[in-house]
Amino acid sequence: MTAKPKFAMYWAASCGGCEIAVLNIHEKILDVDAAFDVVFWPVAMDAKYADVEKMEDGEITLCLFNGGMRNDENEHIAKLLRRKSKLLVSFGSCACEGCIPGLANFSSLKDMVDTAFSTITTDNPNNIRPQSSYAMPEGTITIPTLNPVLKTLDQVVDVDYYMPGCPPESAQIAAVVDLVIAALNGKAELPPKGATIGAGDSTVCDECPRKRNVKTIKEFNRIQLMAADPELCLLEQGIPCNGPATRSGCVARCPSAGAQCIGCYGPAEGVVDYGARLIAAFASVIDSEKPEEIDKILDGLVDPAGQFYRFNLAGSLLRASKYARSNGG
Amino acid sequence: MTVTPEPKPFEPVMIGFTCNWCSYRAADMAGTARMKYAPNVRLIRLMCSGRLDPTFVFKAFAGGADGVLVSGCHPGDCHYINQNYKALRRFHLMQRVLTQMGIEPGRLKLLWASAAEGAIFAREITKFVEEVRALGPLNWNANIGHPTADHELSSVVEGQPSTKEVTA
Repeated sequence: MTAKPKFAMYWAASCGGCEIAVLNIHEKILDVDAAFDVVFWPVAMDAKYADVEKMEDGEITLCLFNGGMRNDENEHIAKLLRRKSKLLVSFGSCACEGCIPGLANFSSLKDMVDTAFSTITTDNPNNIRPQSSYAMPEGTITIPTLNPVLKTLDQVVDVDYYMPGCPPESAQIAAVVDLVIAALNGKAELPPKGATIGAGDSTVCDECPRKRNVKTIKEFNRIQLMAADPELCLLEQGIPCNGPATRSGCVARCPSAGAQCIGCYGPAEGVVDYGARLIAAFASVIDSEKPEEIDKILDGLVDPAGQFYRFNLAGSLLRASKYARSNGG
Repeated sequence: MTVTPEPKPFEPVMIGFTCNWCSYRAADMAGTARMKYAPNVRLIRLMCSGRLDPTFVFKAFAGGADGVLVSGCHPGDCHYINQNYKALRRFHLMQRVLTQMGIEPGRLKLLWASAAEGAIFAREITKFVEEVRALGPLNWNANIGHPTADHELSSVVEGQPSTKEVTA
C-alpha cells in the first residue's frame, strides 16, 4: 500500500475564518481525511515547525495557506511550506490580497501599535509594548518582529493557485477538494499554475439577481440610513456596492440578502487594480458634468480608499499609504 | 581651491496621457512650432481621456512616476460626445483616494487643451513639471517591505522606558 498524499493548512495574519470555512464542508472533510494524511494544521492538530523542517522538499502534496505576511515568522513559515509543498494554494483573501489585516497599510507602524496597545479599549496602564527581544535572567527571549507593511503571500513566495474569498465559500472549497482528489487519481487535470480556483471568472453583478437599468446617480447613500428597494440594483440606488469589480463565485450572497457587496472575493478576472476599477465604475455613473457638483456628490462617499481597498490594499498597485512607509506618526 | 560640484537638480519623471483628438494634437502643434517646454513628461496617447483607466495612473505612480498628467478635449468638445466628463469625474475621485494614500494632489493634474492650444499645452507642462519638482521625488515603491521592522519597532518604543518593563 502506498502512503497517502500529505495535506497541510497554515494560518499567518488572519482571523481563523478560513479554517472554519474548511470545516464547514461538513462530511466532505471525511473525504479529505480518506484521501490525505493531514501532517500539519496548527489550528486543528498538534504539530511542530520542526516536524515540517524534517520533511523532504515537496513532501506535502497540498498546502492551503491563509493569512497575510505581518511578521517575520509568517514569512519564515511561508518560505518553509513553499519548499515542502508541491501545490501551495494562496487560500482566502488575506493570503491573496491582504484583506482586513492589510488595512493596517493605511497607517504607520507606530499608529498601528498605539491603536493595539494604548487605545481606550485596552487596559495597559504601564503602556507596555511588545519587544522583539528581551533579556530575562534566564536568557534573551524573542518574539516575531512586525513587518512595516503587510505583504500578500505571493509578494514573498511563489504561489501555485489562488483561492479568493473572505472566507472562501464552503461549496467552492468542497469542489476544489474534489478536483484535487480526482487529479491525484488521474481522473482530472489541474488548472494551469497561477490560476484562480474555487471562484468564477466574471463579476458579482453577473450573479446578482437584482434588476438593473442604465445607472446614473445623483447622490451616494449609506445603506443603514435608508430603506433600500429590495429588487433594484444597489448601486443604482446610490449605495456603494463593489459588485462591478469583484470576482464572482459567492453567488452574490450579500446583494441577495439586502447588503452591498464589499468585495471579499477580490478583483475580477483581468482586473489589475481592484480599487482603480471601482473608481472607474463609480465615477462613470455619477450624473453630473460640473466640478463643484461632482465634488458634492463625492462627499457622500465617506472613505473612498477604505471603500475601494477594504480587502485589497496590500495586493493593490500602491500597496500601502505613505504613512505606512514612514515610521512617523 | 577646490570646487564642489553642484548637486544634480532633481528631474521629475512624469507620465502624460493625451487624447488622440485634442491634447495630443496640441502637443504635436507645440512640437511642430518648435515651442520649448520641459522634456520630463513622457506622453502616452489614448483615443480619448474617457479611456483613461485609473489603473494607468496608479501603475505610473507605483512604477516610479513623480507626477501624472491627464489631458483631453475641453468640456463640450469631446470627440466621443461626453467621455471627457467621465475623465473629469474619475480625476476627482482619484484625487481623493490618492490623498488618503498620502500622495499629494499636486502630483496629478487635469488639463484641457484643444488642438489649437499648443502654446497653452507647452506652458502648462512646464508649470506642472516645476510644481512636481518643488514637491520632490515620490519614490513610491523604493523602500517598501524592507526588513527594517525590528529597528522600526524598537524606535517606536524609544523614550518610553516604562514600556520595556514587563509587569507580573
